[in-house]
Amino acid sequence: MSSASTAPAFADVTASDAALRRYLHGLPGVDAVGLEARAATLGTRSIKTTAKAYALDLAISMIDLTTLEGADTPGKVRSLCAKGSNPDPTDRTTPQVAAICVYPDMASTAKEALAANGGAGIKVASVATAFPSGRAPLSVKLADTREAVAAGADEIDMVIDRGAFLAGRYGKVFEEIQAVKEACRRPAGSGDGEAAHLKVIFENGELSTYDNIRRASWLAMLAGADFIKTSTGKVAVNATLPNTLLMLEAVRDFRAATGTQIGVKPAGGIRNAKDALRYLVVVNETVGPDWLSPDWFRFGASSLLNDLLMQRQKLNTGRYSGPDYVTVD
Amino acid sequence: MTDQIFEYAPAPESRAIVDIAPSYGLFIDGEFREAAEGKVFKTVSPSTEEVLSEVAQAGTADVDDAVRAARAAFTGWSALPGTERAKYIFRIARILQERARELAVLETLDNGKPIRETRDADLPLVAAHFFYYAGWADKLEHAGFGPAPRPLGVAGQVIPWNFPLLMLAWKIAPALATGNTVVLKPAETTPLSALFFADVCRQAGLPKGVVNILTGDGATGAGLVAHPGIDKVAFTGSTAVGKEIARTVAGTRKKVTLELGGKGANIVFDDAPIDQAVEGIVNGIYFNQGQVCCAGSRLLVQESVQDELLDALKRRLGTLRVGDPMDKNTDVGAINSAEQLARITELADSGEAEGAERWSAPCELPSNGYWFAPTVFTGVSQAHRIAREEIFGPVLSVLTFRTPDEAVAKANNTPYGLSAGIWTEKGSRILAMANKLRAGVVWANTFNKFDPTSPFGGYQESGYGREGGRHGLEAYLDV
Repeated sequence: MSSASTAPAFADVTASDAALRRYLHGLPGVDAVGLEARAATLGTRSIKTTAKAYALDLAISMIDLTTLEGADTPGKVRSLCAKGSNPDPTDRTTPQVAAICVYPDMASTAKEALAANGGAGIKVASVATAFPSGRAPLSVKLADTREAVAAGADEIDMVIDRGAFLAGRYGKVFEEIQAVKEACRRPAGSGDGEAAHLKVIFENGELSTYDNIRRASWLAMLAGADFIKTSTGKVAVNATLPNTLLMLEAVRDFRAATGTQIGVKPAGGIRNAKDALRYLVVVNETVGPDWLSPDWFRFGASSLLNDLLMQRQKLNTGRYSGPDYVTVD
Repeated sequence: MTDQIFEYAPAPESRAIVDIAPSYGLFIDGEFREAAEGKVFKTVSPSTEEVLSEVAQAGTADVDDAVRAARAAFTGWSALPGTERAKYIFRIARILQERARELAVLETLDNGKPIRETRDADLPLVAAHFFYYAGWADKLEHAGFGPAPRPLGVAGQVIPWNFPLLMLAWKIAPALATGNTVVLKPAETTPLSALFFADVCRQAGLPKGVVNILTGDGATGAGLVAHPGIDKVAFTGSTAVGKEIARTVAGTRKKVTLELGGKGANIVFDDAPIDQAVEGIVNGIYFNQGQVCCAGSRLLVQESVQDELLDALKRRLGTLRVGDPMDKNTDVGAINSAEQLARITELADSGEAEGAERWSAPCELPSNGYWFAPTVFTGVSQAHRIAREEIFGPVLSVLTFRTPDEAVAKANNTPYGLSAGIWTEKGSRILAMANKLRAGVVWANTFNKFDPTSPFGGYQESGYGREGGRHGLEAYLDV
């Protein structure tokens, strides 16, 4: 995983707000029509039989099974953890999901529920930093993060300050990500590893242009993100195939430039297996097999899991079952 | 699980949807019939060398009959009100849509191009072309060619093998909309989709003789073009044949449009959207195995981004899926014929012999059929044959430039002038470049984009006349 400090080759571009701005605005532009056309072409790939079986299982194993509602209760979270640990009770060969994604106050509940349900290998991801709007003082965001880490979160999904980004204050966004990264560190001897992994959410729907999404990607990667994530799932436009393709190009180029590999997480709006397979095709043909693992690619989703399970059952039995043959969480 | 590789399982399109008869006749005056001399030739599938069918070889007597049928039909067809002609053309367009899957499979079998392209590019464009020109049929007096523009009469049309059905659409749709009747000769290696189109015409109830299809070789085409009974010649194909046609019709009253070869320049500036430029380069030269007259076969890249761009291009070419055209995941299919493969091979070898550096995408080619791996030549200069001659295959020649003026000079330094592409995020540069490039179509931040509303045609040895759009009507009107 990447280190917290900026890649040394880029120390000068992050030295000041002006330098950062010059660098981000010097990145190659994105032609929207061309990007969308490429995503649409990849979307026509036909994934059948053995390839489909592989991709369905891979997609299940990449899910950050998510509940982020005001109405979340310990009961709801426990039920989600049980689902993630054992997605298809009729078929024990079904892989477990990658993580359970909750609000910070549910992180400890999730951690305990997973341990109790044979889901110890499943990560707990907690959103933080005044998710989803990010409109809070930095001190509150950092406290939010530290609480979540202390409650046992293995991964932190932070939101960037879109207001600062759109106002051109890239230095502020950069420093905030660095500070949150610092807050992800665990006190020595507590929990696994020295820090929770940091996913940085851009809220692409609010950044609005592809050029902004490319800039945000580089900004977050330079600031030490372990993952870059499309969206909160709380606005009108969330993950799309083109914006995920664009972010994959960014992590590909970042690794070529620095040697550091960063993960990508599309979130929000990916509801069925067909869509998930399209994303995996885009991963496969943009960055290749190095990213085809839950360590490097995740789906932020809730209803997606059941469609993947139904498609998996169909592939194994030759028959469609129906929503009553998969469990609700 | 994660140590596995995401290998796409075969996803073959079903061939069962198309029923290819063992033999086909000529379509003259609404009927299929054998050639007068009884000659036939075989058409093979370029990806497997399997014989698909046997088709009639039209001779002089057949050309006479077809032209006579078209002439006889002209009186009634041209007298129909535009709204009535439009009904037939709309009907043809709808039937083409309904039978799109069948025709896509047929085209892929006969031509060798991937099913993804016939399904997503050829057939939608074919139908769109008929829909578009159907719309013009009753509005000709508003097209800018006078109050009551008149059709020419009988059009003799000769089309190539690279987009068999699409080139047919480009020829037949405007001819019918303007009130002409046609005799069309499809290419020798790809006759089947035109014969299926004849069936579509029957299905649409098109009056007999309005569309006649003659299959045959170059001699059939030459006979059609030289026939005294036709009023209009439309040809798409090689520059050599185009020149021959121009000589044949010189001194006659025949109106001619020629859409010939090209050596399109795809110009990438240092401020281009690099990832999309790479896609545009791939689409420019590897679409349809590079067998596209307007292919972006010369890449002109600004020297300052050459390395970055070529690295990205080669990485991308590594993901191209070359192979069975019937597989829905195939990006690059078979070369259309052994003859064409030999020509590509010869020119590519000359590139190597003249000192350019050759690189091919790592891919396994099938053992049967005609195949050529996507290839890039770097270190190419304007003096190399591969920079000057049309290869008509998946071979890209990379040249560099330093300034916009140098890019224009190099791009225009060709006897052709069909297409060009400009890649830059700077809008003013796009407009300035487009004004200076001598090419019939200039694409900005895209390549090989087609639309029936847009006129298409060339400068210099790329031919003359325009097809498509309002301009495309002119070639079929007495103006």
